[in-house]
Amino acid sequence: MQTHFTAEQLRDPGIASANQVLRTCVHCGFCTATCPTFVLLGDELDSPRGRIYLIKDMLESGRPATEEVVRHVDRCLSCLSCMTTCPSGVNYMHLVDHARTYIEQTYQRPWHDRALRAVLGLVLPRPALMRAALLGARLAKPFAGLLPKTGQLPLRLRALLRLAPASLPPASHLDRPQDHKPVGPRRGRVALLAGCAQTVLDPAINAATVRLLTRLGIEVVVAKGAGCCGALAHHMGKHDPAMDAARANIAAWCAEMDGGGLDAVIINTSGCGTTVKDYGYMFRNEAPDWADRAARVSAIAMDITEYLVRIGYTPTRAAPPLTVAYHAACSLQHGQKVTDAPKSLLRQAGFKVAEPAEGHLCCGSAGTYNMLQPEISSQLRARKLGNLHATGADLIAAGNIGCMTQLAGDTLPVVHTIELLDWMAGGPQPERLATLVTA
Amino acid sequence: MIEQPEPKTDVLAKRDAIVAGLRHLLPASGVIAEPLRLKPYETDGLSAYRQVPLAVVLPETTEQVAAVMAFCHAQGVRVVPRGAGTSLSGGALPMADAVVLGLMRMNRILDIDYADRCAVVQAGVTNIGITQAVAQRQFFYAPDPSSQLACMIGGNVNMNSGGAHCLRYGVTANNLLGLKIVTVEGEILDIGGAYLDAAGYDWLGLLTGSEGQLAIVTEVTVRILRSPEGARAMLAAFTSNEIAGACVDSIIASGIIPVALEFMDRPAIHACEAFAHAGYPLDAEAMLIIEVEGSTAEQDDLLARIRDICAQHAPISLEVAKTAEQSLAIWKGRKGAFGAVGRISPDYLCMDGTIPTSQLPAVLRRIGEMSASYGLQVANIFHAGDGNLHPLIMFDANSAESFHKAEAFGADILRLCVEVGGCLTGEHGVGVEKRDLMGVQFTEIELDQQRRVKSAFDPGWLLNANKVFPLTAALRA
Repeated sequence: MQTHFTAEQLRDPGIASANQVLRTCVHCGFCTATCPTFVLLGDELDSPRGRIYLIKDMLESGRPATEEVVRHVDRCLSCLSCMTTCPSGVNYMHLVDHARTYIEQTYQRPWHDRALRAVLGLVLPRPALMRAALLGARLAKPFAGLLPKTGQLPLRLRALLRLAPASLPPASHLDRPQDHKPVGPRRGRVALLAGCAQTVLDPAINAATVRLLTRLGIEVVVAKGAGCCGALAHHMGKHDPAMDAARANIAAWCAEMDGGGLDAVIINTSGCGTTVKDYGYMFRNEAPDWADRAARVSAIAMDITEYLVRIGYTPTRAAPPLTVAYHAACSLQHGQKVTDAPKSLLRQAGFKVAEPAEGHLCCGSAGTYNMLQPEISSQLRARKLGNLHATGADLIAAGNIGCMTQLAGDTLPVVHTIELLDWMAGGPQPERLATLVTA
Repeated sequence: MIEQPEPKTDVLAKRDAIVAGLRHLLPASGVIAEPLRLKPYETDGLSAYRQVPLAVVLPETTEQVAAVMAFCHAQGVRVVPRGAGTSLSGGALPMADAVVLGLMRMNRILDIDYADRCAVVQAGVTNIGITQAVAQRQFFYAPDPSSQLACMIGGNVNMNSGGAHCLRYGVTANNLLGLKIVTVEGEILDIGGAYLDAAGYDWLGLLTGSEGQLAIVTEVTVRILRSPEGARAMLAAFTSNEIAGACVDSIIASGIIPVALEFMDRPAIHACEAFAHAGYPLDAEAMLIIEVEGSTAEQDDLLARIRDICAQHAPISLEVAKTAEQSLAIWKGRKGAFGAVGRISPDYLCMDGTIPTSQLPAVLRRIGEMSASYGLQVANIFHAGDGNLHPLIMFDANSAESFHKAEAFGADILRLCVEVGGCLTGEHGVGVEKRDLMGVQFTEIELDQQRRVKSAFDPGWLLNANKVFPLTAALRA
């Protein structure tokens, strides 16, 4: 597609990269069909092609972002379904990430929008704050009915209260920096991204990961200094906090790579995995040593299911006769193109695996999207749950805490894929399945 | 930039009143009028041509479409209908004084009748959406344009779209039973229905392929067919475009009609393989995708006969898809071919001429020669079985010179198609792209007669007036 940047504009490396992405797009429109917001809203402006055009126009003009553009870019889930569909290989992720940063730098949001984003950016990546906030939300839950029924702010607050779980598990000591030694002879050594929000919402995921890997002879390091991957800030266009978070992880993991050595950096929250795999790109214009180190980390970043396929997984007990509806998280299927590994592992574990119709469509979780765009998010949640129920499955398995939180509270229990794999290979039965299977 | 009809100054002058009037007829989100938000509607799948419209409306019901049309008719406002905006001939290119009427929100399946094998759907349902809705019962909707994932049935009707499998099943016109239309005055009419022939004139035939110039299509009744027992695709690789073209002609001349017979040349093979990982032969200069269907015995028999014919053209390789996954990947590559060319060139013009299959070798050779003399690369991807060419001319839209050369090269290809006994358009429609070449195909007398048909439906030339016909003095003034 034609672009109209001046030579001066193209000297900015951010614009130069955006220009490359735009030049790859041939405006064929295939992406519109698989975009969740276009399917729901039926407006070119809420499709990837429309957003690409809005972004192109905004960047070419060099003027500050305006409400019209922000509205449509904000509605993008960053599910990246468009990237799976695109025949031309347009890197929409890099374009929309750049646009979000540009918006954050040039556009003044209404006060309540700024405040909410600041709070989310502050709280979610910090487990202690998050724990305190969820406790507060629990206390506020009974009063949700007092909020007005319309208006952006009340709707968002309702969404926040709905998403807050009714009870919180205690923090797990496994998530603190340490070396989890393998059982038996050591076959490999990996770093685990313990994560931030996930350690508060569902520490059982990391526990299952550590148990299974150590049983398979893998030493699992929770590196000192590593924390949030930076994705939450990154997707809100908050460039500096995102880079700071990423830098801390890169430093921590490079120290491990140069010390005890690492075969992989393992991520069991696919939203984070997509970002860690993109560190190399995010740091491409930083000082060469940081760019190199970021690229080294991205090169060994792997989803837990990719790694299990590589090292081999064998169940040790017969699976109960359960059908698992596999919910493909967008960050895993579109962001990382990991599609077969989770399903084939679940089948190896002995489960019957069902795939819902419209599996390519997002469940509406999308990081902070379900708190910032509650209306679209709840429509997508209902549509996803409908498709999952139609499979006739007994439970849902997913590889991303965001989707798990979004789909929770329904009659179908939701567990992480790794919990099922661990269970069938000697681990405990996931607590959420207690009513489904009596041990 | 293509010449546009002169905007009506009176319409431009009352822009605000027109927008206010439209806002009375539709929900708030259904009217777009802010300059920044109009910009993405300035073009469609042919992004070389652009024009920001006066406004965009997104109705959700036939009644809303009728209200918009009645209003625009009363105000003398031009209307440009738009489906998914995937047209490669600029069928949805706006005019400065026109309202773009987008049908994307009308995306519901209204009725499926398996006993009588038909489905009633709104105009904004995607082509593949129809097949997806009936696939569980082993039915499908046959015409399958490459953009079938995104393009909408209303647009298919207006362009009489084809697709790879039309060699066997016919184009849109052969798979339609009825339409609900809104006239330029805003009246709602039903044409045809769930039966095979209509009484009186063949209005369905006239409206199909009328490029949004006669009426707005809001609902479509299509035929659905039982899915075949099975299908298999074969890849045949050759050392030159001409040899592959001659092989196509031999297959068709032998009396065999495969369900699909598709051609791709070297640049196309490489671009599509990078996207679809289908195992295309990267050492070939040209490749045919030949698909047969039916029972296993029928498939085996046809494949054996086709294999014998191919063998007479010294193929590099002949390979039948081994798994259902490989078949899917083969078609994913072919269907994504135009977009995949975006991997090797920032821009392309996609031609759509049709020629007698016996002329394939000669025409492919001429296109190769023109490519060399214009200094622009071409990727050839097309429905070879019915002689429907899609040469993709690669150029750089950031260079005006490159674009003008591409336009001239494209016009030369289409003139060549007419010269060898073919025609300007196979399935993409005339749109704006081939508008000014209509004189190559038709005499002025013929064109005037066609214009009178449009005038009978739309005396004021309000519907999609910038397309299909070279601009008359009346539109220029």
